[in-house]
Amino acid sequence: MPSTGVKSAWISGLAASGAVCAGIAIGSRGFAHFDPELIFYAIGSVLTAFAVAFRFTTWSQRPPTRIYLRRGIELLFKGGLRRPAAVATIATADKYVAQNFIRRRSGYRWIMHLCLSGGCTLAFALTFPLVFGWIHFSPLAGDPEIYQVNLFGFAVDRFHIHGLKGALMFNLLNIAAVIVLVGLVMAAIRRVTDAGERATQKFFEDILPLLLIFAVTATGLALTVSYKFLNGAGHHLWVVVHLFSVLALLFYIPFGKLFHMFQRVCSLCVALYKRAGENGPRAFCARCGEDFTSAMHVKDMKGVLDELGFNYRFATPTGEVHYQDICPACRRRLVALNQGASLGR
Amino acid sequence: MKDYEFFIDQSRCIGCQACVQACGECDTHRGTPMIHLEYVHRPTGVQTAPVVCMHCEDPTCAKVCPADAIKQDDHGVVMSAAKPRCVSCSNCVIGCPFGVPKMQVSFELMMKCDMCYDRTSVDKKPMCATVCPSEALYYGPRDYIEKHRRETPVNEFHFGRQVVRTKVNMMTAPSRGEINVDITQYMSGAEAEIDPMFDARDGAPDAARFAVWEG
Repeated sequence: MPSTGVKSAWISGLAASGAVCAGIAIGSRGFAHFDPELIFYAIGSVLTAFAVAFRFTTWSQRPPTRIYLRRGIELLFKGGLRRPAAVATIATADKYVAQNFIRRRSGYRWIMHLCLSGGCTLAFALTFPLVFGWIHFSPLAGDPEIYQVNLFGFAVDRFHIHGLKGALMFNLLNIAAVIVLVGLVMAAIRRVTDAGERATQKFFEDILPLLLIFAVTATGLALTVSYKFLNGAGHHLWVVVHLFSVLALLFYIPFGKLFHMFQRVCSLCVALYKRAGENGPRAFCARCGEDFTSAMHVKDMKGVLDELGFNYRFATPTGEVHYQDICPACRRRLVALNQGASLGR
Repeated sequence: MKDYEFFIDQSRCIGCQACVQACGECDTHRGTPMIHLEYVHRPTGVQTAPVVCMHCEDPTCAKVCPADAIKQDDHGVVMSAAKPRCVSCSNCVIGCPFGVPKMQVSFELMMKCDMCYDRTSVDKKPMCATVCPSEALYYGPRDYIEKHRRETPVNEFHFGRQVVRTKVNMMTAPSRGEINVDITQYMSGAEAEIDPMFDARDGAPDAARFAVWEG
């Protein structure tokens, strides 16, 4: 009998898969613009949607995660409807687009990560709509050198295939691949030369995602090289290898390091939580009286610890004291004092 | 990994700060010392205590992390927060019973002692234990400690009703099997602000109590 948590994870997974299927059916106008050649990419996307939603739901049910996501949503909608949009836009721009927190950690890592995330995002933003049949190109009747861009079956743009816009359109994936390659080279240098990273890195967590992204990028570029410079030599082989590399990358997303792109949602909630905590009641250490965090944080942590089965409560002559009411600095001192006292020093 | 263990006797600390300087040399957090060197009670004495991660068997910091950012390796070493995952919520900072994790606010990243993973994973000693002149921080075979110390290493701590077992050992009296962290006798009320004798203990190396307060 599956638990309630597993049930809701299944429901979320099936709902996400269903949403992708419905999106394909509706967006391609009843599969009229769906390219059957891309069927395996579409199936991979549906399965990945299931796995990502399943993992996200399981993860979001952990007591500490649940409290932040719940508080984040509460705080987001606290100030009316205009505020959530503004807060979400600013936080997304700061954490997802500019990734300023990585810039502050290291300029090198920032450029590397911008190349990897930016290049991959650009590539996914192009390929998913193409695979789902949301976007397709059709030659204009009467002038086959003019291509019409159709979004959800509606004509939205047109360009000359030998023009600048045409060159850009046909090479956007190649441009994305080059950007990603720059990031991959920087990541590889860091993985080989940074002694700290070398000591702590794990193959599945740190090396495999880079290999998978490289496989997708390299085989994608090989397709271009094959049809542009080699008269299509080996094209069929590269199509198959590219397909398998993309599927491997998609299936890795929910289970490995790349899942952090979804976990970053929690950092938006934390930003709201911290701001509310700074403006709200504070927690003062029961021992030294120092302000060490927000009262909301201490209260929520006591609940989380209880849910996790930790009981840091002390019985004192004046009543029960929870260790969460004592600041980290005093905890360090208390251990030292007790260690000294145990030795009679 | 060699069959070496970490042993701490905070009461042996002489406050030289060599561990702090050495800690900053560790490759996993270069330039940022992770060790805490805490004055036990500055108003009454100059006794200091080094605080490293105790590497709990069931780490509270990892359990309260909303982003799964803190992992434990096969040898029980509790790693610093994974950079891609940490959301800088500070749950680990206020959850740790030993007060170990440090929040690097500008980096939006929690960093903590990882027992010099770059060194201990290749059978070298952690930086702090390598340089500690009084062996308040010692990393080596258990035999050495048993042979050269009167005190006994324990790795069980009682925080109220919570029992915490750790990979790192702390020295205590031979008759004891655990360290009971008692807060009652060290809790202050308003009087602690003005009572210089608060926390002073007979026989403790808090010599300043006589020099400063009792003339």
